[in-house]
Amino acid sequence: MPTALEQLFIKTKSENRAALIGYLPAGFPTQKESKLIIKAMIDGGVDAIEIGYPYSDPIMDGPVIQAASEQAISNGAGVDEVFDLLKKSVGHGVPSVVMSYWSPIEKYGSAKFAAAVSTAGGSGVITPDLTIEESELWRNQAKNESINRIYVVAPSTSDERLAKVTSECSGFIYAASLMGVTGARTTVSGNASALVDRIRSSSTTSVAVGLGVSNREQASQVASYADGVIVGSAFIKVIQEHGAGRSGLKKTKQLAESLSEGVRSGR
Amino acid sequence: MANDKVLQSMESNILGHFGPYGGRFVPEALIAALDELSAAHISAQSDPSFQAELLELHKTYSGRPSILTDAKRFSEYAGGAQILLKREDLNHTGSHKINNVLGQALLTKRMGKKRIIAETGAGQHGVASATAAALFGLECVVYMGEADTKRQSLNVARMKLLGATVVPVTQGSKTLKDAINEAMRDWVTNVETTHYLLGTVAGPHPFPTMVRDFQRIIGVEARQQVLDLTGRLPDAVLACVGGGSNAIGIFHPFIDDKSVRLIGLEAGGSGIETGLHAATISGGTPGVLHGTRSYVLQDKDGQTIESHSISAGLDYPGVGPEHAYLNDIGRAEYRPVTDDQAMYAFSLLCKSEGIIPAIETAHALAGALEIGNELGKEAILLINLSGRGDKDVQTAAEYFGMPL
Repeated sequence: MPTALEQLFIKTKSENRAALIGYLPAGFPTQKESKLIIKAMIDGGVDAIEIGYPYSDPIMDGPVIQAASEQAISNGAGVDEVFDLLKKSVGHGVPSVVMSYWSPIEKYGSAKFAAAVSTAGGSGVITPDLTIEESELWRNQAKNESINRIYVVAPSTSDERLAKVTSECSGFIYAASLMGVTGARTTVSGNASALVDRIRSSSTTSVAVGLGVSNREQASQVASYADGVIVGSAFIKVIQEHGAGRSGLKKTKQLAESLSEGVRSGR
Repeated sequence: MANDKVLQSMESNILGHFGPYGGRFVPEALIAALDELSAAHISAQSDPSFQAELLELHKTYSGRPSILTDAKRFSEYAGGAQILLKREDLNHTGSHKINNVLGQALLTKRMGKKRIIAETGAGQHGVASATAAALFGLECVVYMGEADTKRQSLNVARMKLLGATVVPVTQGSKTLKDAINEAMRDWVTNVETTHYLLGTVAGPHPFPTMVRDFQRIIGVEARQQVLDLTGRLPDAVLACVGGGSNAIGIFHPFIDDKSVRLIGLEAGGSGIETGLHAATISGGTPGVLHGTRSYVLQDKDGQTIESHSISAGLDYPGVGPEHAYLNDIGRAEYRPVTDDQAMYAFSLLCKSEGIIPAIETAHALAGALEIGNELGKEAILLINLSGRGDKDVQTAAEYFGMPL
């Protein structure tokens, strides 16, 4: 049976648009507020939620997510908060996945982690620093729990390797738009569409593009060629600037609305 | 012969595993660069012109072979055991770090890259990297935890004099761990033009294998020097272990000599029981950090725990994966040495031998005092004197309450 995430892509493809995927670290800025923030994101039109596992050494993340993760950890966020927020997100009826560096998953026990994601109703796990060479065990554990295994590929990934990695992905393939860390950019790198083209020549799995997308125009542009648009740092920035009170939540919803228009106007 | 052996071990293990440890846990963006580096390293290992160029640099630039010193007066405090010091402190730039840096700088040239980045804790690797960058005309950026830039300000000045840019890292614990994070982020962004000149035997494959191969020269030389001097192999080889590059360098050529004990001395800080230490094998658990699986200081959620040590160069919550493996199979032993034990040995070497060691190295010397007393006066101990202590004068003066 397809996961909720896979069903979402069937639906958005039938609507001839891209899906909007929003990212938030669990427990940012506090666990209670993170629940309100994802609700605002969903109310504004985010189609799927990525719950970040805040980690002490996030080498793929720029300053915005680093600061958010640090704040979440210092406010006590850990594995319990990740699954609590995942359940909350699933409860809103949107497909939800966990994004985590490998260290916390391995420490928890990867089989147990896959089972917990499944029990919480999660669709899958994005593993940004897990290479396919190191993940045979994980793939079987995730398959056993019928959850998606989402790997990140980059513009530097060779065609040969791209075919190998994407053949192990399910749910969607996470295409990093550029060589770099997470964070808003003024323009979305031209490498992104070239990478998506290369992926499509060897895979039929849906492709979502992340890194650097922060506004309606960029969402629209990426939606013209990708099946999904991932936005993270831009949501966090709103909260860092406006707090998670009424005004911050309102601005979060407005950003989601604007991005949601973007993913509908790309084609 | 040594090279053949290394090559064989590499070919049989292209994923860089040491038992369950090692491997690659990195963003996909870095895989192409790591593959390129692996290929460059393997081809260089079997290229006589590369080996000749490196050997020439060792001979005419960094001052190899480094000498062996029989520390007779220090020995009196170590149960009378013969204490042989492998003098890596006499290398150009003052530590063993130059061995690896010259090798990787040559590989950088071979790969056609013009910019190197490096992390540094004590500043020794940063200084060595800045030195090689000057020698080869490469741009050099060194990431250093802000806390370390303060306790190792002399080395910051040296790097700047050598033309490098030093970036103080203000995230997290502001030490070596965070400097590595920042260097990784730079590398992900600039990987096409940049080589990450990692300074220790940690990180993703091929770093643990490659850095070891460039540091093996310490053990290869020392093994012959001990045989020449004493007519037999030592009973034990001792080295301090942070990431573990000087230790693996001197251990590796002795691995097949089953009679030789290999003993790594970790930074016990205020004592393992206090939680304030950097003794990763003695006080940590298996996990993943900075692209490799090894022992790590981490909590139940897999978050890295900040390490503590008087020595900036050992102040790291991870350790090279080959050490984790050697520990688990029982081929090497790892013991913690507290700040106080290390500083006692530091002072003792200064006053008994006229050698000011790096505080990192003082941990190995403290181990020598302990092991020497355990084994007695018939024993021969080979100690890697990995670095000199000029950079630590301020820290030592503060520790001993000496006005400067």
